[in-house]
Amino acid sequence: MVPIEIRDVTLVYDTPGGKVPGVKNVNFNIGASEFVCIVGPSGCGKSTLLNIIAGFLTPVAGEIRIGGKPVTGHGMDRGVVFQDFAQLFPWRTALGNVTFGLEMKGVAKDEREKIAREQLRLVKLEKFTGSYPHHLSGGMQQRVAIARALAYNPAVLLMDEPFAALDALTRDDMQRLLADVWRATRKTVIYVTHNVAEAVYLADRVVVMSPHPGTVKAEIKIELPRPRDPLSVEFLECQKELLGHLGHDANANEPVN
Amino acid sequence: MTDNGQNARSLIRAAITLAAAAAVYEALARSGYFAPALLPKLSIVVQTLIATLADGSMIQHAAYTLYRVMFGFGLAIAVGIPLGILMARFTAVENFFLPLVSALMPIPSFALVPLFMLWFGIGNLTTVLIVFYAATFPMLFNTWSGVRSVNPIWLRAAGCMGADEHSLFWKVIIPGASPFIITGMRQSFLRAWIAVVGAEMIAASDWGLGWVIFDAKEFLNTDTMLAALVVIGAIGYLFERLVFGSLERATVLRWGMMRSAKG
Ligand SMILES: Nc1ncnc2c1ncn2[C@@H]1O[C@H](COP(=O)(O)OP(=O)(O)OP(=O)(O)O)[C@@H](O)[C@H]1O
Ligand SMILES: [Mg+2]
Repeated sequence: MVPIEIRDVTLVYDTPGGKVPGVKNVNFNIGASEFVCIVGPSGCGKSTLLNIIAGFLTPVAGEIRIGGKPVTGHGMDRGVVFQDFAQLFPWRTALGNVTFGLEMKGVAKDEREKIAREQLRLVKLEKFTGSYPHHLSGGMQQRVAIARALAYNPAVLLMDEPFAALDALTRDDMQRLLADVWRATRKTVIYVTHNVAEAVYLADRVVVMSPHPGTVKAEIKIELPRPRDPLSVEFLECQKELLGHLGHDANANEPVN
Repeated sequence: MTDNGQNARSLIRAAITLAAAAAVYEALARSGYFAPALLPKLSIVVQTLIATLADGSMIQHAAYTLYRVMFGFGLAIAVGIPLGILMARFTAVENFFLPLVSALMPIPSFALVPLFMLWFGIGNLTTVLIVFYAATFPMLFNTWSGVRSVNPIWLRAAGCMGADEHSLFWKVIIPGASPFIITGMRQSFLRAWIAVVGAEMIAASDWGLGWVIFDAKEFLNTDTMLAALVVIGAIGYLFERLVFGSLERATVLRWGMMRSAKG
């Protein structure tokens, strides 16, 4: 819903062993309601970049603007979904997790439960509103996390490999569901992934990062009509092109991992 | 976990354990190796127990002891939990209190009884303060560890959703640290109970289970001593099972943050 500008962003980690570069001179823009995937080899700085955009890390140089406003710390204009299933609060039910952001906003109880139920319906969990996270499967927990990040209606959704720890079948379902949710909500999405097929399935545009310390190596527009068919020739062509940019053998059809 | 069949089975298991221990004791008492005055038969201990319960004296002693325990334990919670949280959240607080805590913690509370008697006299004040001293450290230490082990991802997630310091504290840190806090309360209560009996032996006059035991020694009333021990054990067991067990079932077990004991 709002555009994001990333200008010359550089981050260096200060560790006891010395300075470790995280990302270097990252530049790209994201349009309003655009779905952008970030792919790149392990350790190139994808999570680092996402954490900078989320406001958890402060870059040593460069700046990020969301809807024209520079980012300083985390804010309610961004919803974040992490890879780790443990991100949900175990002491709150699915509904309680989803209402948390609204509670912080001061929305009245009835109203926030109504909104949370709607969000849980969007991720097909309306039957599990009263369940605690430890009674939900990994995929269900990630869906609650998505509902939670959407519930307080941030303009931007940031996701760091949210489905990476799921089995392939569940992941396919989740990707379809996320595509539907995005179509329904039109958020601006930045989605980090290792998986080339996932990027081609979800993204309007894929940002390819070079190996550590990462910088933007290529930007590829995915112009396939939605809903996309992962078995179509065009889809596989896109995947091949993307793998080529990642420096892999164009004939390999295994996702990068 | 909470179904009745399993509850009944765990009660039966506990009963078997206790019956076995009682049988061993009875066999020793009847073996003739020890003087009956030193190792009275169970039937005599039970008689004494019933008699002292019936005339109300044992109940009154237990009430005094329980009052001191609850008072000291309550103070320990009121100090230990907030201080533990502050230490975990603010380096300055941690830097200031950690050396103090590390130096005071190894001192057995029993060693402080004579000193406290001189300062505060004989009676409730001294015993409550001894209990407080003994119970504070486990509470403090567990809370401190618990807050430090709160998953940072919860804090990040809550921060993104606009949680301020106040909400972060009550809605994330406290529940997130709850497995440790409950463990702290358990240990703290146990220490309180150990400390009170010790303190009462020398610093209480006329009332309290510790005093009963110490006083009975003068007259070689081993049956009274053992009856008091049974009461101490029973109260401890009740608290452990009913109070802390229910607290755990209503919170960390329900939330899947801790696995239930197989018992
Ligand atoms: N907390 C940290 N302290 C120090 N260095 C770090 C830290 N986190 C990441 N790094 C370094 O920064 C670089 C980028 O890490 P990052 O986690 O962003 O990579 P990534 O692209 O997300 O990798 P992956 O795909 O494996 O998740 C890595 O080389 C790592 O060594
Ligand atoms: Mg990562």
